[in-house]
Amino acid sequence: MNPRSRPEDVRDAPGVDVMPDPLAPSRPGRRRFLRSGAALAGAALGGGAAVAQAAPLEVPESNRTMGEPIPESDYGMPIEFEDHVRRRRSDVYVNKQNWSDWSMTPLQHQLGIVTPNGLFFERHHNGVAIIDPDAHRLAIHGLVAQPLVFTMSDLMRYPALSRFYFLECSGNGLTDWREAKSVTVQQSHGLLSCAQWTGIPLSWLLDEAGVKPEGKWVVFEGGDGSGHLRSIPIEKVMDDALLVYGQNGEMLRAEQGYPIRAIFPGWEGNTCVKWLRRIMVTDAPLHIRGETARYTDPMPGGKWRQFSMVMEAKSVITNPSGGMTLAGPGLKDVEGFAWSGNGKITHVDITTDGGRSWQEAALEEPILDKCLTRFRYRWNWDGSPAKIASRAVDSTGYVQPTAEEIGGVREIVGFVQHNNAIFPWAVAASGEVVNAIA
Amino acid sequence: MPSLDIWVLRGALGAAAVALAGPALAQGLWERPDVSFGQPISEADLALWDIAIATPTGGNLPPGQGSVAEGAEVYARLCVACHGENAEGGTMYGAMVGGIGTMAEDPRVLTPGSMYPYAPILFDYVRRAMPLDHPQSMTDDEVYAVSAYIYQLNGLVEADFVADARTLARIVMPNRDAFVPDDRPDTAAERCMQDCAPIGTVADADGAGGAAEDAEGGGTGGQIEMGTEEGDDG
Repeated sequence: MNPRSRPEDVRDAPGVDVMPDPLAPSRPGRRRFLRSGAALAGAALGGGAAVAQAAPLEVPESNRTMGEPIPESDYGMPIEFEDHVRRRRSDVYVNKQNWSDWSMTPLQHQLGIVTPNGLFFERHHNGVAIIDPDAHRLAIHGLVAQPLVFTMSDLMRYPALSRFYFLECSGNGLTDWREAKSVTVQQSHGLLSCAQWTGIPLSWLLDEAGVKPEGKWVVFEGGDGSGHLRSIPIEKVMDDALLVYGQNGEMLRAEQGYPIRAIFPGWEGNTCVKWLRRIMVTDAPLHIRGETARYTDPMPGGKWRQFSMVMEAKSVITNPSGGMTLAGPGLKDVEGFAWSGNGKITHVDITTDGGRSWQEAALEEPILDKCLTRFRYRWNWDGSPAKIASRAVDSTGYVQPTAEEIGGVREIVGFVQHNNAIFPWAVAASGEVVNAIA
Repeated sequence: MPSLDIWVLRGALGAAAVALAGPALAQGLWERPDVSFGQPISEADLALWDIAIATPTGGNLPPGQGSVAEGAEVYARLCVACHGENAEGGTMYGAMVGGIGTMAEDPRVLTPGSMYPYAPILFDYVRRAMPLDHPQSMTDDEVYAVSAYIYQLNGLVEADFVADARTLARIVMPNRDAFVPDDRPDTAAERCMQDCAPIGTVADADGAGGAAEDAEGGGTGGQIEMGTEEGDDG
């Protein structure tokens, strides 16, 4: 699905890109892209009621010249015209340092359900650890019959398997509970990505070490400069947790925890400890800083909800989304993502009137457990102001709530995690699309 | 990079597994294979890695000690550049003092004194992660000392306090009983298709339930304030 084959599509209209996008104007490839969009819009305006007559087509230069030769060896990168599709460091909430920080996936540019490795969101607690796999060791100890240590060669001798799972930061959307702070869906929802992960069940290694009957929790600790760690209930570890070294057909990127990380399907990203070096079986959680002062949810009465690790069902429209401008009335391919940490997506509904009425969207195969699911809905926009949003339903029957419904049961004060609220975009008569959460 | 023999070994193992199972037996990929590649190691040989503290009890706190006065010296040397004088906030991070009694207010002011339910959390975090540019470089005595200093600034211990494995775990933290287990799902939205209520906002919830007095003061506004506290994350 080449965007350039659909001249009416919002991706081709002038000003469709993320705003602000300081990179775009200075890049020749991007300028050319925008100019063609403007020309098409002009042609459409001049056409009146009749179908506009296209200009005669010349033979393109690419048909009349030799292509680029195959280099002797390289790692292929996207063509220069797609250079604007990049991760962005957090710029709604700005940190004063860039070690405990995060960068966000450009969801508005993602095609299909798999996030390319170079665009996969990041969240680090003390920067990206650079680890030599030959020197790396993974230890398992604590309440086990026999403490064990593994080299990377040891771990890669086990038969491997691959599974698709989304990964979402618990803080995704925390800037936009009460105010429309984010301009683009990259800023509002970009701490979300999806990949095919390759590795082995974590349960194999725990069974090999022999968990003692009193072992009820398992601590996972990283080999990074923050020594990031989380306590995980053993039921989750034995159920579907993975130790992975592969992501989307290649070894993990450094920023995703090379050479190994944990994946707890459907659970908040920070539980999926990167640069994993130690697994310790305990009888109780450790209640360390990341389980008390961080990654907890403010509740009424001065309380804090703790160990709230599953990411509940959520969806968002990525196209059209904030910062884009619709080229004019007519058919719009409304698309986005739905996902649930509790199972599969069963329905996605779309509203174009601010929630007063809803119609079911089409779900695109594959529809996988705890994985991004792509929805599509053909909307015939009449050119009047509209408020559009999506609503997910998962295989447990859970229906994605509104911010009002969440605000009615939790305390939305401060740095609040686990925002899975329905997220509306307002479409103006001019075609401008803006964040309409508040 | 992983050496070539890894790939050779994996290929050989795969072939062996197929041979063992026989062609008629379909293999479940999740089924644990009858192989063990871990190398036994003693707990003693893992001692340098075994730094996590069971914070409610102080379990695994190491030998050593540090006084408030020694902590002030450590703080001036290693911490003040980012966290500021008297832990009141500096160039990188906000205050690490105060906030006790604000948990039912907006914003909740989060510091080690107001937020941590167990005092050894500070020891665990400082030892593994601080200072940011040289983590795991402090001695256990230095970590005890700076913990004593921070808790003294928060009014939780006296000026003559000496932190060690026993005394640190004994500090009763004001937020100790504030934590509740995950009881989600906590919403039960209906899948309304026609004649539904418009999409509501957090401000609408405030109006209905009176959860927060001042919508402008909470949410992202409070988050910015919280961001200046310890600075970094969620």
